[in-house]
Amino acid sequence: MESLYAITTGVLTACGLYLILRSRTFPVVVGLTLLSYAVNLFLFSMGGLTTDGAALVDGAGDYADPLPQALVLTAIVIGFAMTAFVVILAMRARSEAGNDHVDGRKHEAGEGRR
Amino acid sequence: MSSHLIVLPVVLPLVAGILLLFQRQGSVRVKRLIGTGATLALLLVGIALVARAAGGEVTYYALGDWQPPFGIVLVLDRLSALMVLLTAVLAVGAVVFACAGDDERGSNFHGLFQWQLMGINGAFLTGDLFNLFVFFEVLLLASYALLLHGGGKERIMSGVHYVVLNLAGSSLFLIAVGILYGATGTLNMADMATRLATLPAEREGLVVAGGLMLLVVFGLKAAILPLYFWLPKAYAAAPAPVAALFAIMTKVGIYAILRVYSLVFGEAAGPLANLEQAWVWWLSLGTLVAAAIGVLAARDLRLLVAYLVLVSVGTLLAGIGIGTPAAVSALLYYLIHTTLITGGLFLLAEMIGAQRGQAGTRLVKGRPLRQGGWLAVLFFAGAIAVAGMPPLSGAIGKALLLAAAEGAERAWLWPILLLSGLAAIIALSRAGSTLFWRSTGEADGQRLAHRQWFGVAWLIGVAPLLVVLAGPLVDYTDATAEQLANPESLTRTLLNTEGDAP
Repeated sequence: MESLYAITTGVLTACGLYLILRSRTFPVVVGLTLLSYAVNLFLFSMGGLTTDGAALVDGAGDYADPLPQALVLTAIVIGFAMTAFVVILAMRARSEAGNDHVDGRKHEAGEGRR
Repeated sequence: MSSHLIVLPVVLPLVAGILLLFQRQGSVRVKRLIGTGATLALLLVGIALVARAAGGEVTYYALGDWQPPFGIVLVLDRLSALMVLLTAVLAVGAVVFACAGDDERGSNFHGLFQWQLMGINGAFLTGDLFNLFVFFEVLLLASYALLLHGGGKERIMSGVHYVVLNLAGSSLFLIAVGILYGATGTLNMADMATRLATLPAEREGLVVAGGLMLLVVFGLKAAILPLYFWLPKAYAAAPAPVAALFAIMTKVGIYAILRVYSLVFGEAAGPLANLEQAWVWWLSLGTLVAAAIGVLAARDLRLLVAYLVLVSVGTLLAGIGIGTPAAVSALLYYLIHTTLITGGLFLLAEMIGAQRGQAGTRLVKGRPLRQGGWLAVLFFAGAIAVAGMPPLSGAIGKALLLAAAEGAERAWLWPILLLSGLAAIIALSRAGSTLFWRSTGEADGQRLAHRQWFGVAWLIGVAPLLVVLAGPLVDYTDATAEQLANPESLTRTLLNTEGDAP
């Protein structure tokens, strides 16, 4: 399970980073969202992965670390608000600049040649 | 009441912000009254906090009375008290300036301003790594909205860069916090420090990765060399009172570096001690060089001041890079000076721009200033202070820092810091002569409001005051540096090690 979890987080992070580096605002926003999913998954695993553990300590035995759950909840809320904000901001930028380039440029250098 | 004093810098702006939210459609006068009143109250709280922390005792406030290391704590020591007071002083100048009319160019300026203060104060007071993240988010979210206050293409486009970069930075912050929690099993900074001392060797790599990732995040906030490219555009595009308040935002990053690496990665951390020092030292020199070039190249007064903020960031980081108590004390003195003066210069740039018609703050020939005399006096005082010329406060701060550098550090720091000062003098004298002497046509600008004059005079007037009070102030910063170099008293208070705590 650990390797599956790690690969999932890694792939999400890689895709997110790739999209953030794009030059149009929409892929950048999607990239930020993917990155925040990856971070949430990562935070979730930081207390160590347990299966079939109790949600709270009930005496002896296996239990899941409750703190990462609280942190992930906070991170999700903040990430969600930020995504909403950045979507609106991207739309404002689109209407102000007349295009959706992150620098407000009309054409990418070399884009016309293709 | 006095036991709840520590939480007031967070609660007061929060309540004021909520009140202002109710008044969103209300009269301008009420909004301004609440906003200014709350900021003035914050100033009083800041003074009370400094008076309380000056004795050297570390006190903490456990929220909900959950004791550390399990609960969330706000910690008051000399450094956090100083930073809260500094924020309040800066905010008073900015908010009074905004009351002259800038606050009505968009909606809910005063509410957002208060929430930004809440985030900044919280970041200064918190003793918990995850809460540092939360307060960073609070101050960033408010700053996103404030940066866009008033709208316009320039602001929106620089806002996109600022927001996207900081969101990516926040993700990195969470990853770093996650790694450190996974390796040490705690988020309380004092507790983390004690656990690092007994860290199993195989986890050292994880902690190094987490610690340096935190440096990247704080470096983004503080605008260190490879991560500063967002700053000049964003600060130059922000409305003047917001840009003035943003002068403290880079210092939040500096503070976080100072706090985390002196407390968590202090001498007690064994092989992990002073993890950041080599990085910070060389990057600070790089930042100074790049910022000095930017200062010389700037063709707009606001951009020039934004690059001066970067110069100050480089200077402050050099103090952290040296790392001795003398250097930390010098950097704290310089931090007070540079925050208030660059804040004042942002406000002044707005006033100058308002009287120059079409030319605005661009450094080209424009209309003569209607109230040029007084503006020139303030600009002259601000320029001398920010460039670090005697007799104003910048000179003392730089001299203290230069004196703190020793050996090989001296050979690097002296030429670079002094040349960056020279660059600032050249650029500022060129800007001043263009703004005040090279002019054509008739003066037709409007007379400036008293509130604007007050805001600028409040901030720039600090420069002579800092010189007069340099003695007691340096005593305080010396004591602060001493306290930072010996984090044991903080850990002892927080974790109550000699008591019966589990």
